Amino acid sequence: MSNIAPSIDPATGPAQFDVAPARRSPLSAFLRRARRHGGLIIGASVLLVIIVAALAAPLLAPHDPYAQNLAQRLIPPIWHPKGTWEHVLGTDKLGRDYLSRLLYGARISLLIGVLTVAISGVIGTVVGICAGYFGGRVDAVLSYVITTRLALPVVLVALASAALVGGSLEGVIIVLGLLLWDRFAVVTRSATQQIARTDYIAAAQAIGCSTPRILFMEILPNILNALIVVATLEMAHAILLEAALSFLGLGVQPPLPSWGLMIAEGKQYMFFSAWVIGVPATALIFLVLAINLVGDGLRDVTAPENRT
Amino acid sequence: MALLDVQDLVIDIPTPNGVLHAVSEVSFSVERGETLAIVGESGSGKSLTSLAIMDLLPRVAKRRAARLTFEGTDLLSMAEPQMRKLRGNRMAMIFQEPMTSLNPAYTIGNQLMEALRCHEDVGADKARARAIELLERVGIAGAERRLLQYPHQLSGGLRQRVMIAMALMCKPDLIIADEPTTALDVTIQAQILRLLHDLKKEFGMAMILITHDLGVVARVADKVAVMYAGAIVERGPARAVFKAPSHPYTRGLLNCIPVPGRTAPGTPLGAIRGQLPNLIGRLEGCAFRDRCDFATPECAGQMRYIPIDASHDVRCIRVEAQKAVA
Repeated sequence: MSNIAPSIDPATGPAQFDVAPARRSPLSAFLRRARRHGGLIIGASVLLVIIVAALAAPLLAPHDPYAQNLAQRLIPPIWHPKGTWEHVLGTDKLGRDYLSRLLYGARISLLIGVLTVAISGVIGTVVGICAGYFGGRVDAVLSYVITTRLALPVVLVALASAALVGGSLEGVIIVLGLLLWDRFAVVTRSATQQIARTDYIAAAQAIGCSTPRILFMEILPNILNALIVVATLEMAHAILLEAALSFLGLGVQPPLPSWGLMIAEGKQYMFFSAWVIGVPATALIFLVLAINLVGDGLRDVTAPENRT
Repeated sequence: MALLDVQDLVIDIPTPNGVLHAVSEVSFSVERGETLAIVGESGSGKSLTSLAIMDLLPRVAKRRAARLTFEGTDLLSMAEPQMRKLRGNRMAMIFQEPMTSLNPAYTIGNQLMEALRCHEDVGADKARARAIELLERVGIAGAERRLLQYPHQLSGGLRQRVMIAMALMCKPDLIIADEPTTALDVTIQAQILRLLHDLKKEFGMAMILITHDLGVVARVADKVAVMYAGAIVERGPARAVFKAPSHPYTRGLLNCIPVPGRTAPGTPLGAIRGQLPNLIGRLEGCAFRDRCDFATPECAGQMRYIPIDASHDVRCIRVEAQKAVA
């Protein structure tokens, strides 16, 4: 409450309005709030490690992720009594170095996460913002489209379309991008409906702003924090779906090192060489958890009501 | 030629129970450099009237008029892109709620400069200079630092000053101020009102001041239009309307205001009995007749304006009768 106190000072009467408080740049204010958020720090750190690992995969990977060596199949990781430093996380059934495949696999997962969210985010935001702002018939039609999309079971449709076009990296990205926009649309629509009724949108109309400008320059920045949360959730969702599709053999095709594919390839060795499935699964869990923590943290930090 | 000429403006809003006649046959004109005050209680249609001029009515509301011209150009037939060029540029609006009328996502400077750059192809430097000049003119010290602040860092009075500066960015010919002081502290109200009045004179603008505060009107208005239930019941020069209020409603309003020195302590203030009529469905006759002491059966018939003098008229057929009583 200390920030309210200076408004009236009994000695000098009303506070001097024309003395501006010390200026704080938006970025430094953001960082200051972010530093106090534990979940965000943990999530961001893990995510940062994974992103760096993915970007620097060619530098970090000790071996070629595609190089097979049947003489060195299923070597256990380093913490196992039979592990070697040559293959820190062991090798898979074809003798490929597991650490290298994990690093390259991170690229696939992140690529799919980011590109899917880019596609679905644009579709969902445009649909939602138009439905929310224009209302009436536009809203009725777009809501119908959203409902139709919500009625489609994602995994089933993704499986069917992947089976139809054949599994490939591009195929997975496009199919998921076209399927995961519904939450963006729903969240954007209801947030836009609220913002569209505010006085500053009326004021923007009154100074003669064009409609696209009002939609994307006035409304969009004010719903961005909700969209960030949806984007992170959907990114985690997309990564898991890719893993599921690849696991079922309809996603990324071998020999690309996708984490889902690694889990699928490891399932027959699950009982005797559990790390084959455990290593990519753990990586997947950490990545999805980190993304979710970052999303939650960003929401808390960017929420307008928390600005000081 | 009048800057703004409104003839028989009608605003209808369809509702499930029938058509709501929010504004019926409102006519007025505003000359350059003139302040017209539209006075009325909540729901009397004064805000809708101002939105209708800007063509910013809610989608459900339907606007009709015999004539609606701005500088001789017809606004009724004007297409949206042309209308957008007028808005903010030639006619600007100041809203009631300064706390919510600025976009929280942008700095003050950003929003001020945008108001200018929406209409004129000027560089950022020029827009910035104009923003600083206007912020200083509306009485904000440290304008350069203020430009970098967000709305939530400003008090209500300051935000209203920013809104006024924003309205002035393009040097409009007409400013519509919709209850600009209602949401402010009483001490700030006087300052803002004085500021608006001074700026109007300095920039030679016309102003439509929408208010329910007769004290505000008395201080700054040249002309007054009193609205009741969607119709103008009395209009004329501010001095004449205050000196000789001729409609029972206007008189009732003025009786409600305590005047220091004249209203004895302890005496009850005047009150207007009854409540606003329902505006849904067919309206006939004087909307005030159920609350009026002078009403006769004739008041349910056709209404017309009775001139008091050349510039002052009143929508009351019983004006002679009530003069006799008063």
